[in-house]
Amino acid sequence: MDLTFSAKETAFRDELSGWLAANPPGPAPADGGEEAQYGWRRDWQRRLYEGGWVAPAWPVEHGGRGATLTESAIYFEELGRARVPLPANVLGLLLGGPTLMVWGTPEQNERYLDPILSGEEIWCQGFSEPEAGSDLASLKTKAVADGDDWVVTGQKVWTSGAQHAKWCMLVARTESGLAKKHQGLTYFLMDMEQEEIQVRPLRQITGESEFNELFIEGARIPAENVVGGVGNGWKVALTTLMNERAGLGFALQVRMRQLLDDLCAAAAERGRLDDPLYADRLADLHVRCETIRLLAWKGLTDVERYGQPGPEGSLVKWLWSDSNQRLTQLAVDVLGPDALAADAPWSYELLRARGNTIEGGTTEILKNIVAERVLGLPRLAAA
Amino acid sequence: MDFGLTDDQREIQRTARELLAERAKPERVREHAEAGRTDTELWAELGGLGWPGIAVAEAHGGQGLGAVEQAILCEELGRSVAPVPFLPTVLAATLIEHAGSPAQQERWLPGLASGALTGAGGAPGLLPGAADADVLVLLVEGGARVLSAEEARPAPAASIDPTRPAAFVTTGADGGQALPGDVEAATDHALVPVAAELVGVCASALEMTVAYVKDRRQFGSAVGAFQAVSHRCAQMLLDTEGARSAVSFAAWAADADPARLAEAAAMAKAAASDAGREVTEAAIQLHGGIGFTWEADVHWRYKRAQLDGALLGGATEHRARLARILAARVGPPAPA
Repeated sequence: MDLTFSAKETAFRDELSGWLAANPPGPAPADGGEEAQYGWRRDWQRRLYEGGWVAPAWPVEHGGRGATLTESAIYFEELGRARVPLPANVLGLLLGGPTLMVWGTPEQNERYLDPILSGEEIWCQGFSEPEAGSDLASLKTKAVADGDDWVVTGQKVWTSGAQHAKWCMLVARTESGLAKKHQGLTYFLMDMEQEEIQVRPLRQITGESEFNELFIEGARIPAENVVGGVGNGWKVALTTLMNERAGLGFALQVRMRQLLDDLCAAAAERGRLDDPLYADRLADLHVRCETIRLLAWKGLTDVERYGQPGPEGSLVKWLWSDSNQRLTQLAVDVLGPDALAADAPWSYELLRARGNTIEGGTTEILKNIVAERVLGLPRLAAA
Repeated sequence: MDFGLTDDQREIQRTARELLAERAKPERVREHAEAGRTDTELWAELGGLGWPGIAVAEAHGGQGLGAVEQAILCEELGRSVAPVPFLPTVLAATLIEHAGSPAQQERWLPGLASGALTGAGGAPGLLPGAADADVLVLLVEGGARVLSAEEARPAPAASIDPTRPAAFVTTGADGGQALPGDVEAATDHALVPVAAELVGVCASALEMTVAYVKDRRQFGSAVGAFQAVSHRCAQMLLDTEGARSAVSFAAWAADADPARLAEAAAMAKAAASDAGREVTEAAIQLHGGIGFTWEADVHWRYKRAQLDGALLGGATEHRARLARILAARVGPPAPA
């Protein structure tokens, strides 16, 4: 057991934090709405790209630095510490690119990877459907072969960034009537710039629209845009899902740490940190926050050591989402009604945190995963 | 960054688990618990293997290994709830090693390290292991005192956990000798083995529960398939693994980064005390009526978790310490 960083890892952290200090993204645009925000994040990605810091985990031959898992985690910790935004094309960088590197042809890698890095082409993820959320394999969007093309019809939901995206990682059913529902699926790269796709923003409880619905009526995808072979879509999709949050958890933990530090300062200002009832709850959140950090690092070192993740991945997401909700709720207790002003930072954090236990795998699904795959408990026969 | 154990540490873990699977079977634990006595045969064997002195310096007759190795043994002993005074002895040795004078160390540590002497450590009052202890270290206002059994004259008193015979202990201001060193830091070192034992208690309570709910059938299904049951098992795992990671950090800090030990030890004890309660009460609940019976052996874990949870301060007390650490970081309020 050695809970210190190597000289190489420390040098990586120092180089990055030095670069971030010298190349700040500048303040977020005060107005101009989400378009302006998005443009700001796109410019920021461009700057990271030019500085060689947009995707350090990618192999050198694909434009990354070949960073180790530990260095990649350090990368997200430092982005969090510097309080800079994530790059605009986060889904392409974290999910799309790594999936192509596993399943894509050399031609696909050549065509798609660099525009992902530069942010020139934004990616979105077309997995969930209205009737296929946690039960993803039951998805119904259909792709039918037509000459050299596939023609797609269906509906997708929770597609973040779709209004900005050039490419959609789309999983569609290419063969039906098979024995198991995860058979007959195919993974495509769908060009979003066609009239047959309608993007409708979903307004969420914070008032913003991070997510969209996609209505797809006969969109065309050339056969060369199949990733990993026709009928192999479930496996390819799992690669994408396994990459989800790999590393990102470290940025979330750092963000929670900052919120907790802010809350402790606010509590101290109001004399609440000396009040044992508040102190107990703040200290409990401190233990949780540190436990998330330790579990995340433990999970990562398990992968480095044994080549496979332990149970920590699901545990980290579960504990983080639950703790972030507790933290934002406690902020309302500490600050009182002021925290709930429409433009108060805490009111945004409070509302946004409600999504934490739903997005990227609901807590209920995570518990199922832990029960079935880690503890080996039997699965309840589906009704 | 590496949370993994070294090959040597894994070997310690493996041999400990195998030995205790053989020597501390549930029926043997129950037999000694019902008689309210220590398993002296097992204790002698552990002493012969050098377990009690694993983290005691070689100069004092120990093996000179670290808090990580000690935590491994504590976790394995916690798993089996073996009726031996390992943890109480380790607490006495740890306090003397980290806060005792050279003369006190010389007098007590070789015996504690070999298991020839047994110890107990903690606040005055009901103290686990004190009934049979040869040396007691009592944490009192502003310090600690080390007393021989003759000086302490512990009054044996049954606790709810008979696997570790307890006694009521009091000390007058002149009882025994004061430990001259940094008692607060020594107590932080002592928190680590308690928290580690709790992790072992949790791990075995979870294993027993998972085995039971896979086997027990109602409504035509193993009850472990019902999400009201399986999700609580998942929660047991989260609590156990969270506490385990905090204990790993504290054990590592005790050996490698003492400046971070105070915070790490408080976090570990807070997390492990809470986990010990939550996980063992869930174990009883998920065993249903069987879990409430004497025969089911789940209750020994619940009882051990209660005693260990309260030993050297419970979760609430350690969170209060952490809150003081947080307050110190924030600093004094800015002038208005």
